[in-house]
Parts: sequence; C-alpha cells; structure tokens
Amino acid sequence: MSTATQPDGALSSGQAETVNRRWSVPNWMITTISVVIALLIWEYFGRHANPLLATYPTAILVAAGNMFSDGRLLSALLQSSQPFVAGYIAAVVLGIPAGLLLGRYRLFEAGFGIYVTAGYATPLIALVPLMILWFGLGFAVKAVIVFLLSFFPICLNTWFGVKAVPKTLIEVGTAFCAPQSQIMRGIILPATIPYIMAGLRLGIGKAVIGIVIAEFQTAISGLGGIIITSANAFRTAEMFVPIVLIMVIAVVLTELVGSLERIVAPWQSEITGQDSA
Amino acid sequence: MAHLEVQNIVKTFSTRSGVAFARALDGVSFDVEKGEIIALIGPSGCGKTTCLRIIMGLETASSGQVRVAGRAVSGCGYDRGMVFQHAELLPWRNTLSNVGYGLEMKGVREPELSKASSHYLELVGLGHAARRRPHQLSGGMKQRAGIARALAIDPEVLLMDEPFGALDSQTRETLHGELLSIHGKTGKTIIIVTHDLDEAVMLADRVIVMQKGAVSEIVPIEIGRDRQDMRAVRTSAEYSKKRTLIWEALHDHETQAA
Ligand SMILES: Nc1ncnc2c1ncn2[C@@H]1O[C@H](COP(=O)(O)OP(=O)(O)OP(=O)(O)O)[C@@H](O)[C@H]1O
Ligand SMILES: [Mg+2]
Repeated sequence: MSTATQPDGALSSGQAETVNRRWSVPNWMITTISVVIALLIWEYFGRHANPLLATYPTAILVAAGNMFSDGRLLSALLQSSQPFVAGYIAAVVLGIPAGLLLGRYRLFEAGFGIYVTAGYATPLIALVPLMILWFGLGFAVKAVIVFLLSFFPICLNTWFGVKAVPKTLIEVGTAFCAPQSQIMRGIILPATIPYIMAGLRLGIGKAVIGIVIAEFQTAISGLGGIIITSANAFRTAEMFVPIVLIMVIAVVLTELVGSLERIVAPWQSEITGQDSA
Repeated sequence: MAHLEVQNIVKTFSTRSGVAFARALDGVSFDVEKGEIIALIGPSGCGKTTCLRIIMGLETASSGQVRVAGRAVSGCGYDRGMVFQHAELLPWRNTLSNVGYGLEMKGVREPELSKASSHYLELVGLGHAARRRPHQLSGGMKQRAGIARALAIDPEVLLMDEPFGALDSQTRETLHGELLSIHGKTGKTIIIVTHDLDEAVMLADRVIVMQKGAVSEIVPIEIGRDRQDMRAVRTSAEYSKKRTLIWEALHDHETQAA
C-alpha cells in the first residue's frame, strides 16, 4: 500500500480498503506466484537442453553454493560493489544539484545543457577502452564508468523535472517574498522529486550496465569477470550465478528507490494514485 | 491620500528580444481607501489579472506606479497578500503549514508560527483539517486555506484573483458570507477580481469596470457594510439597480465593438 507510511492518510485509505477490497490478494503474493511459475518453466526446459548452451535454476543454485563456499562469489561481489556504490553516489551527489541549476538558471541551461543532452544521448560505453587507458584496470576505472553512465540520466531527469514545476507554484514563493534559496529548497526541490526518483531508477539500470561492461573489458575481477571466465570455459551454470545475482541486486535497488520516494514524498503516491487495480 | 493608489499603469508584454506584442494595460488608475472592498470586473482578456499581478509585484509595470500607504511598491512585500485563483497550496505541506508558509518566509519561528497559523486556520473555519494535505481538501476548503495563508502575514491589502471562480454557486455564496465576516473582523482592504456580477455587487463597496486595458467606469455600491443577511441585500432596490448599471457598463463595450 502506498499510503502505509502516511499517518494522515491512514484513516481514509483504511476505509477505502474495507469498502473496495473485500477480496484481494496482496501484490507480493501475486509477484511470488508469477516468479515461481517462471522458474518452474525454466527448470523444465533447461533440463532438456544442452548443458553447454543452457542451464536451469537448480544447477545455478548448486554452482552458487560452490562459489560461495570457496569465497569467489563474495570477493567478486565486493570488487564490483565498491566502485558501483562510489560511482553511483558521486553521480547522485553531483547530478541532482547540477540538474537543479540547469533547470532554474537560463545561463546554466544555455551554457551547459548541451553537454548533458549529449552525454545522455551518446553511448558512453564506447569510451570504456579509453577509460581503461586513463585509469587502469582497477577500482578507479569501474567507478568512473559507473559515474559517467548514471550521472547523465539523473542530471537530465532532474533538469526536466525543474522545467515541469508549475510556474504558479513558484509564484507562491515569490508572492510571499521567499528568497531564491528557499524557492529552490522549499518549492522546486519537492516538486521535482518524482522526476529525480525516476532519474535515480534509470541511473541504477545504467550503472549496472556500466559495471558489467567495465568488468568484461578489464576481465580480471568482479562479477563481470566471473561471467567472462566461466563463459570462456563453457561453465554455463557458473556463468549464470553472477548474472542472477546482479539481476536480483538491481531489482532490489530499484525497489529501494521506490520506497525512498514513498518516504521522502509521501504526498506523491496519494496524489497520483499509483495503486493499480 | 488613499490607502492604495494605482497610478497610470501601462503594461506591454514583449518577447525576450524586446518586441512588444500585446498591450494589456493602457493607463489604469484608481484609488482604494483603507478597509474598502473593491471588485474588478470586466470581459475576459481586459487585463484584470495583469493589473492584480502588478499590484502584487509578480509582474512589473512598463510605466506607472503602485503605492501602498504612501510608499511606492516594487516587487513583493508583506503589505500585500495574494489569494490565487486555484489556491496553489503546496502539495507537500499540510493545511496548517501551508497557512503558515508566508509567516515562515517572514521569519516567524516556532512556537509563534503554529500559534498564528492555527489562529488563521480557525478564522477560516478549517481548524479540523489542520493535518490534512491539500489533495485531501475540497475546492472550497483549499480556497479558505489560501485566504488564511494570505491573511496570516497580516497584509495591508488582500488581493484575490477570481478566488471563487472554480466553485459551485452554493459554496461560493457560503464563502462570500465568510469573506464578509472576515472583513468585518479584520478590516482588511480587499481587491477582488471577478467575472461574476452578483459576486461584485454582493461584496464590493465600489465596482471597477475594466474594458480593454483601461478603467471604464467606477460604480459605488451603497448597500452599507452589514451584508450578512444576503437575502435582504439581494432583494434590495440598490442591489438590482447597481447590478443593472454594471451589466450595462459591461455591455456598452459589446455594442461598441460590434
Ligand atoms: N504573460 C503574458 N504574455 C503575453 N501576453 C499576456 C500575458 N499575460 C497576459 N497577456 C495578455 O494580456 C491581456 C490581459 O490578460 P489578463 O490575464 O490580465 O486578462 P483578464 O482580464 O484577467 O482575463 P480573464 O478574465 O480571462 O482572466 C490579454 O490580452 C492577454 O493575452
Ligand atoms: Mg484573469
């Protein structure tokens, strides 16, 4: 329930529930059933395929158990997640303020907007070989690539979000003599939160692509490294372990951003009524 | 010296490169006395909103000036409070802190902030909805909160741009009664933009009729200040006489234009 964290709305949404939803399956249960069915289908067809070319969930689970107990999985996870977190946080910390400035001040928009648009539109993945030349094969290159890929969607979304703030809301600030800094913090920022959150979510997707590609190219460490070495050795089940792990982490992070939005902007889900029938 | 003086305001809108393309106001002048309620009425596009926005300082006049209590105003100021057409409450604030917004900007701090906000919330009859967010309020409640927000900064002049335009007629009439009683309690000077003839005659001491960016007529309404008995007001001879007068003033223009 989107209103679960919202004490003001608890009464009204509670009433709505008893009226409209006498019979209802919780969302998580539907999702679980769906995932279980998908896994069963995969298991069935996977077992009948060539093990060099395909695999199935239980085989992946066994491989994961082995890799976990010999410590390879955890160290790879650590190697990948440290630059991921560093690069992504840097992108958030710089991307949101940059987007706010771009949206608010004509000088910034005219002067720097073009670079952000270009940075977003360009497949920055193409720069990975160059980045390796500059930053080597370790932590730095991965962090930089994650940063580059997630900075632009976060910045661009924030920028467009500011442009979409109704002029009348800003005029409320002006009419009550709010100083520029207060208009930015007290009106533009909260009004832009949905766009920022969408940017954060896109950023996670891009950052995951970034870290995996970087590790493919550097090919010696992290989850991406395991994917490449296992694939080269035709250990298909082993190859799928990091893929599944990355997928799970990406989904969890994306969901976390969603709940972050419900915490920092509880009014948003109430207004837009995100609960689908 | 009048309390609020609007002196020969001209406003032309131009593109960013400076090419003028619309003359919205063409020398508007009028005076408002302290405690007076003025209604600005006129056909769509005649410049009512522009005029009010210039008084508020949301728009700068091309020439002419606005004076409040003798001082020429430029930009915003706590001597004027604005009530917006669609209330424009901030969606992330609850009703109480929306009402307190202007006070907060004015530098009022807790605990006076909550105390003053609650006072004005009670004044507009919204005490029970203090903790609700704007989307949980009805249109009429939003407008009341908007009025309380503007009143809370204790302005000399209350500016209202079609504040009841989007409401049904019953809610509108209730709010007319409440505005009159708030006016009775606070004695504020009020300028209210409206499309509605009845609203203008019901509320105003003087009705300013605008045509094509200029004041075409100023009609005093001599009903007296005690208008709580709306039925009596509406059936009075003065009411229908002035209503007809303003109707004709609005229509003059149409026949001339045709
Ligand atoms: N920002 C703007 N840029 C250009 N022209 C404008 C702008 N704002 C208003 N105008 C023009 O100025 C004139 C007066 O507009 P205004 O909004 O003041 O009318 P109004 O009397 O409030 O009309 P309504 O009753 O429909 O609200 C109109 O011709 C309008 O097109
Ligand atoms: Mg208008």
